[in-house]
Formats: sequence, C-alpha cells, structure tokens
Amino acid sequence: MEYATTVLTGFVALYIFMLAAFTGYEIIGRVPSILHTPLMSGSNFVHGIVVVGALWALLNASSTLEQAIGFFGVLLGAGNAAGGYVVTERMLEMFKPSDKKKG
Amino acid sequence: MSAALIIDAAYFAAAFLFIYGLKRMSSPVTARSGIVVAGWGMVVAVLASFLYTLDVSEAARPHLTTNMVLAAIALVLGLGWAWWSGKKVEMTAMPQMVALYNGMGGGAAGAIAAIELFGHKTHGSIGLTLAVLGGLIGSVSLSGSLIAWAKLDGRINKTLRISGLQAINGLLLLVTVGLGALMVAKHGDVTMAVIAVFFILALVYGVMMTMPIGGADMPVVISLYNAFTGLAVGFEGYVLNNPALMIAGMVVGSAGTLLTLLMAKAMNRSVKNVLFSNFGAAGDDGDAEIEGSMKPVDAGDAAINMRYASKVIIAPGYGLAVAQAQHKLYEFVKLLEEADVEVKFAIHPVAGRMPGHMNVLLAEAGVPYDIIFDMEDINNEFKEADVAIVIGANDTVNPAARTNKSSPIYGMPILNVDQAKQVYVVKRGQGKGYSGVENELFFRDNTNMVYGDAQKVMVAMIQAVKSLEGGGH
Repeated sequence: MEYATTVLTGFVALYIFMLAAFTGYEIIGRVPSILHTPLMSGSNFVHGIVVVGALWALLNASSTLEQAIGFFGVLLGAGNAAGGYVVTERMLEMFKPSDKKKG
Repeated sequence: MSAALIIDAAYFAAAFLFIYGLKRMSSPVTARSGIVVAGWGMVVAVLASFLYTLDVSEAARPHLTTNMVLAAIALVLGLGWAWWSGKKVEMTAMPQMVALYNGMGGGAAGAIAAIELFGHKTHGSIGLTLAVLGGLIGSVSLSGSLIAWAKLDGRINKTLRISGLQAINGLLLLVTVGLGALMVAKHGDVTMAVIAVFFILALVYGVMMTMPIGGADMPVVISLYNAFTGLAVGFEGYVLNNPALMIAGMVVGSAGTLLTLLMAKAMNRSVKNVLFSNFGAAGDDGDAEIEGSMKPVDAGDAAINMRYASKVIIAPGYGLAVAQAQHKLYEFVKLLEEADVEVKFAIHPVAGRMPGHMNVLLAEAGVPYDIIFDMEDINNEFKEADVAIVIGANDTVNPAARTNKSSPIYGMPILNVDQAKQVYVVKRGQGKGYSGVENELFFRDNTNMVYGDAQKVMVAMIQAVKSLEGGGH
C-alpha cells in the first residue's frame, strides 16, 4: 500500500489556519484571569512544536551554513519545548483547592 | 506501513493533544492534567519526526550521518539546559523565564526560514511570502524577548528614550519589509547578503522596538511576542507542509493575541499605547495636594485587631513576593481562620508582574485557590469587611485612579480597599509605587501604616496572635 503525504496548500491551508485561529480564541476567551500566567506559559510550550520543523530542516541540510543554522534552530526549539513544559507544570502543580474542612 | 503515514498520524495525534491539553489548562481543576496531555503530544510528534531520517532529500543524503549527530547534540543540549533552568527558576522570576523560552521558539522559527531562504528550498509566492513573514516575526520575537527578559531580570535598567525613535523604527521596519518583498518578487533568487541583512535588520528591529518599553508594561509585551512566535511557527509550518506546526502555531497565535488584549485591558493600557508611548512620561504633574498624614501602627496591634474581626480581606502585591513573605502570610491566615475569622484574598489583575502571577505565588505558599478572588468578584465585599490589609501593593489600591484625571494611573480599575472599616498597609518605607505616583489611601483616616519588611511584619503578627492564644490558658 502506497501512502502519499497529505499536501496542504491553497484553501486547505487557509481552512486549517482559520479553524485553528478560532480554536485558540475560544479556548482562551473563557479563562479566569488567575490562569493567565500559566496559560501563557502553556501556549508558549505548545509552539515549542517548532522543534519538529527545525529537526526536519537540519536533517535535510546540505551545506555547512544550513547545518549551522539548523543546529541553532533545533537547540532553540528544544529549549522552548522543554523549558515551556517544566515551568508550566511547576506552576500548575501548585494550584489546589482547600482541604475538606469548610467553615 | 510507510513512514509518511506514521508521521502524519503522529501529527494528527499531537494537534489533538495540544488543543485538548490547552482546553484542560483553562480551568484550575483540570489545569495540571492539561499540561501533561499537551506534553504527550510533544513527545509523540518529536519521536515521529525521527522517521524523517528514512526519507531525506537527495542533496542531504551524503550529510545524513553528520546531520543526525548534530541533531542529537542540539536536542540533548537544548532539552538539558531548559529542563535544568526551568526546574531551578524562582516563581517570582517566572515572567522573564517564559520570555526567554518564547524567544528561543521565535529563533527556531527564524532559523527554519533562514534555511529555506538560503537554500532556495521554497518555491511559489505564497510559500515564500510566509517563509519571509515567519522569519521576520520569529526574529523580532527572538531579539525582543531577549530584551524583555534582560529588563525584567534587572540586567538592563535603562529605558531607551530618544526623540524620533519611532520614526527610526518605522524606517527600519519599512526597509526590512522591503527586503522581504524583494525576495518574494525575485522568487527567492537574491544574493546571500540580502538575506543576511534582512535577518539582521529584523533582529535589530526587535531590540529597538522593545528598548523604549518600561518594566511595568513588559508582561503585555511578552504575551505579544508569545503570539508572534505562534504565528511565525504556523507560517513556517505551511512552508514545511507540516500540519502540526500550522495548527499549534495558529492556535497559539490567536490565543496569545487574545491573552495580550485581555492583559492590556486589565492594566488599563491599550496595546498601541504599550508599544508606542512611554509609561509615566507625562504623569509627574499628577501629584495633587494630599490632606492628612500617614499614621503608623504596631504590627502586633494590627494583628490582634484582625484576630477579633469577623471578616478580613488581603490585597497582596508584588512586594509580598519580593520579601518572600507568602508562606508566613498563609501561616497567619490559618491562625485567623482557626479563630473563625473569614479571610479572603483579593487579586488585582496586575498584582505581581502579570495577570495571574500573584495566584501562582500564593499557590506556591499553599494558599487554596477557593479563598482567592478576582477583583470584580470581591470588590463589592470590601464595604462589609472589618479589615482590609494591603501587603506590598500600591498602585492597585490607589484611589487616585478613580478621581484624579491628571494621574498616569487614572482610569485603571482598583481594589476598593478604602471602603473597609479599617485599612492596614504593610510597606517597607514611605516611597511611591511602581508608577511613581503618591498614594492618597495612605493618608486616609481609616488607614494605618505598618512599616517594615513584609516577612518580618508577618512574623511579628503571627507571634502576637499566638501569644494571645497562649495567654488564654
């Protein structure tokens, strides 16, 4: 069975961008302000996916310049993803409700 | 099964997990699990991308081994450094750390654009336009975030204010965009120098754009750059035909934009004002004559008064966190609760360094989130409170914001602490707030000042209440 990668151009890409933009808007629109900082940090983590793109670019590098920039890109992208995850998790870990005792 | 199918399936899973994770992160009850869900999305996507090695371009095949080694080193270094730095950063320093990681993401997006442009890999005007735009936005986000980080971290104290700076910046941006347009018009067929100058100018623009912005406005800027990086990642996703980048980038791009607007609104600033004007530059004539005097009170007396109150509302500010007094404060709160005093926390949207930062700092001290209230939910309760205690906050409780039109903070919503029967203000000295405005609250008849380091004051208050209980035996 031959599988060809989905090619996302023209209107297909536009649909993706549009739906993704509304999704982001809807998710944040209803957030209480106590979660603004962790959520900014969480969305910061999510765009760390850029590391995957940088990996592809580095693996397909064919000159020293491309290798150097690609190395830089993967390094930064990995930092974005890992750092974003750690600080978000640390912040959210601390949110907890009162103990059972309730006056 | 082909590698391409696995990769596409993995990206689909990642996109789903990111969105579902962000959704869970939007409620305090499920937030913790949300980041874990999103984290799995990242793991799945990164693991799948190792399959790229099976199918690299013809030109890259001879370099594959070197590239794989480089990728492994970069991954390990990036992950290791970020993991280590993220684990050890203080909660008070969180905003600048987020800025730093965000800048790195922008840099990665810029790097992808650079490889595409230098290697003439992108064809077609839509692809080229998005590659150029993503490169520009990503680079601005990188250098701008670095400046934001350095400013919040106290590494740069100067705020650049040259007259005509905006004209210079405008010109700079124009030239940069012009070079980008040239690349698209010539189908990417430009000299390496043009591409290099384009990226350098974009980086310089990020620095120049951020330098004039004062520390108080920095959270809005960080949030804006977060949205920028998201957009850049989305655009580069199109260039690489990678749906995971497109979806994740665009979701963050729009979510980040909305978050930026919400933050700016909470601070009574417009994004335009933040970016193109100088905070406090016009406000120095805002000091009206203030009647009355500041009346100091002993920490112990204030504590005992609160012990016999029926309702106490605490308005914490960044000063509380700077003094590392959250833990002691919560200890004091527990003593009050044991004495059947109703205690609530009132959080101004910009308490701390950005919206939600104070909640994080209180959560760190173990304060449960259901006794912490947003300003709009609690502002009507101050008039029923026996005591309102302000700790390390200033501008967010300044009544001048309601009445004094010449004040730079005029129009900012404030906590109505002045409506409580008794107000205590814990403060290190007699200085002014972050915005440099005198606070008339401190001079009111129902206000008493408790001078001292917040941590020491809390210790004194705890002792006062404890000795009271002890004396009862």
